Amino acid sequence: MKQKKHWYDFLWIVTPIYLGLGFFNIMFAWLGMIFFSVPLVIAIFGGGKLYCNRYCDRGQFLSLLGTKLKLSRNRPTPRWMVSPIFRYGFLIFFFAMFFQMLFTTYLVGAGAQSLKEFVTLFWTFRLPWHWAYHGTALPTWMAQFAFGFYSLMLTSTLIGILVMLIFKPRSWCVFCPMGTMTQLISKIKVGKMKKNETQARYSCECSCNKTP
Amino acid sequence: MKSKRCAQVSQNCVACGCCVKVCPMQAISIWHGVAAQVNLEQCVGCGKCEKECPAGAIVLMERENAQ
Repeated sequence: MKQKKHWYDFLWIVTPIYLGLGFFNIMFAWLGMIFFSVPLVIAIFGGGKLYCNRYCDRGQFLSLLGTKLKLSRNRPTPRWMVSPIFRYGFLIFFFAMFFQMLFTTYLVGAGAQSLKEFVTLFWTFRLPWHWAYHGTALPTWMAQFAFGFYSLMLTSTLIGILVMLIFKPRSWCVFCPMGTMTQLISKIKVGKMKKNETQARYSCECSCNKTP
Repeated sequence: MKSKRCAQVSQNCVACGCCVKVCPMQAISIWHGVAAQVNLEQCVGCGKCEKECPAGAIVLMERENAQ
């Protein structure tokens, strides 16, 4: 039975468009903040992992490449990659790199460093990307943030494609920092919900047992 | 007639929702963004979710042993 297609089933197109726009004008990298904030907002307001389950453009893009275009070897994801140590470790590493990028942005904004017109792949390799910066009227720190953020997005997409080719189409989802974080938020929310339920039951028992 | 086997989700589940999309019986849902949940009444034990799961968190097991 074929399931009906919805508008959100075509969100995979966002990934190549985003990466393509950043190739021509780096300032488009700022749009990536949507991919950072929307999953968190959904999880914080009780939507759980709805973003991953329905709206994640990268997940859909990897599924398309791996399943529809049959580019994936479809081998099981290694157990160590699924382990909480690796998942939370990668989350911490990813955020450490994110905050380092924010610090570089601050240094450029404060005038302590000049604008670095390159994209850093895998947090190591510097790729020249100067053609994508056209010297806008916006402050240089905004351009520096765009270069840093685009580096992060391009690196994570490439890691996703790499694990898609070797393992399952959506092996990236196992250790995706946003996925790990939204699951953590959901777990905390469920924990609080259970605690409230227990307290409510306990207070009911206490008040019900009181003799007038 | 129900099959002898059905899907079972382990603690490794990352709640990515890949299994939900491939289930022909719509027997799987994501519980509060924490993990996948299989409706054993609806599950026919086809194993599509097991093949799709990137975390290897779904296994097929005998229905009588399922929790």
